[in-house]
Amino acid sequence: MKYVDEFRDGELAKGIAARIAIEADPSRTYHFMEFCGGHTHAISRYGVKDLLPASVVMVHGPGCPVCVLPIGRIDMAIELAIREQAILCTYADTMRVPASGGLSLMKAKAKGADIRMVYSASDALRIAQENPGREVVFLAIGFETTTPPTALVVKQAAALGLANFSVFCNHVLTPAAISHILESPEVRELGTVKIDGFVGPAHVSTIIGSQPYDYFAEEYAKPVVIAGFEPLDVMQAILMLVRQVNEGRAEVENEFSRAVTADGNAKAKALVAEIFELRRAFEWRGLGRVPYSALRLKDEWAAFDAERRFDMPERSVPDNKACECGAILRGVKKPTDCKVFGTACTPETPMGSCMVSSEGACAAHYTYGRFRNAA
Amino acid sequence: MCLAIPAKVVELRDADLAVIDLGGVRKEISLALVEDVRPGDFVIVHVGYALQKVDPEEAEKTLALFAGLDAPARETA
Repeated sequence: MKYVDEFRDGELAKGIAARIAIEADPSRTYHFMEFCGGHTHAISRYGVKDLLPASVVMVHGPGCPVCVLPIGRIDMAIELAIREQAILCTYADTMRVPASGGLSLMKAKAKGADIRMVYSASDALRIAQENPGREVVFLAIGFETTTPPTALVVKQAAALGLANFSVFCNHVLTPAAISHILESPEVRELGTVKIDGFVGPAHVSTIIGSQPYDYFAEEYAKPVVIAGFEPLDVMQAILMLVRQVNEGRAEVENEFSRAVTADGNAKAKALVAEIFELRRAFEWRGLGRVPYSALRLKDEWAAFDAERRFDMPERSVPDNKACECGAILRGVKKPTDCKVFGTACTPETPMGSCMVSSEGACAAHYTYGRFRNAA
Repeated sequence: MCLAIPAKVVELRDADLAVIDLGGVRKEISLALVEDVRPGDFVIVHVGYALQKVDPEEAEKTLALFAGLDAPARETA
């Protein structure tokens, strides 16, 4: 497939790996955080780690929307489906996230709750049109990529005069999470997480552009290289980061220039700004409450906001004590540091969210890397 | 979750809809979030919506970068 196959070419990968090996200074280390789960997945799936010299260490970031969605929010969604008898439409990604009481959306569905997997927000809108007698709630999750489609269906629902459609909004923002990590004690005070630069988001950046990252380069003196999700994109970004570090630069560079511009997608951004506003704070799994890190519907669209349409008290539920998802999401621990990794917690029976999504650090390592050191 | 795939637009339809071709698989998606898309263009498709057009010239430049044909990358977006 065009724009896919050529970005996975093994021969080219060897060339980039050779340049990284030559240019990376063996007397120092380079710790780069790949923010996105998409990059985490690519690094594990294509064995990028094995092509890097020992001095280059990749730290997994919190950029997996399924992983950072706290248990309480899933509980709230399940309650909507059960108590309000609503049709809950969700992207498939969230179906197996463990919730309270041994439940998940999948298990709630098995118990009779009307929970439906959709490919697109527009499918949820169609279901609302087809079921005028039922409340239909779209469980909206995701970073800046999935937000514009949610904004669009809210607007369409208003135009159609759909009175039975609402959105349970859990959209979160990338720059806020990056700030939070850079401000975390592990990075700033304790130094337990060393970050020399970021591999910046691919598809999130197609919407928000490269400009929002300028702040991190300037304020925190950390280089950022926005990269596509194909393995060669990731490797090229690592090479560009190594070069920035070697030259003492901290700039925003764009490896994914085939789809990312400085300003991003103006039409999508305008639509998001029309429908959503910032929440003062939002709970992230692993990061806790992060200020101004998520969106909610503006008052003007309150009729389509499930949190205002239904009685939905905010819930905060602690993670399972044995689960290290929180520390893994902050880059403090690796999946293999978790006692339940690969034993009690597997992709078939996940205990923590990082094992649920294929982009979660644990699921990626379990699927592609758990035998790496066995030989 | 933020996974998106580049796909070729093969047909424009009413209401901002279009048909894409992804290695032979055809699907209807929405172009409501992008502008000036024509048949033959590649778009990045995510949850049924095109998020951006793919810039073929920039793609070629990046491939040249992989091959080490360019000087060290310094262009900032």
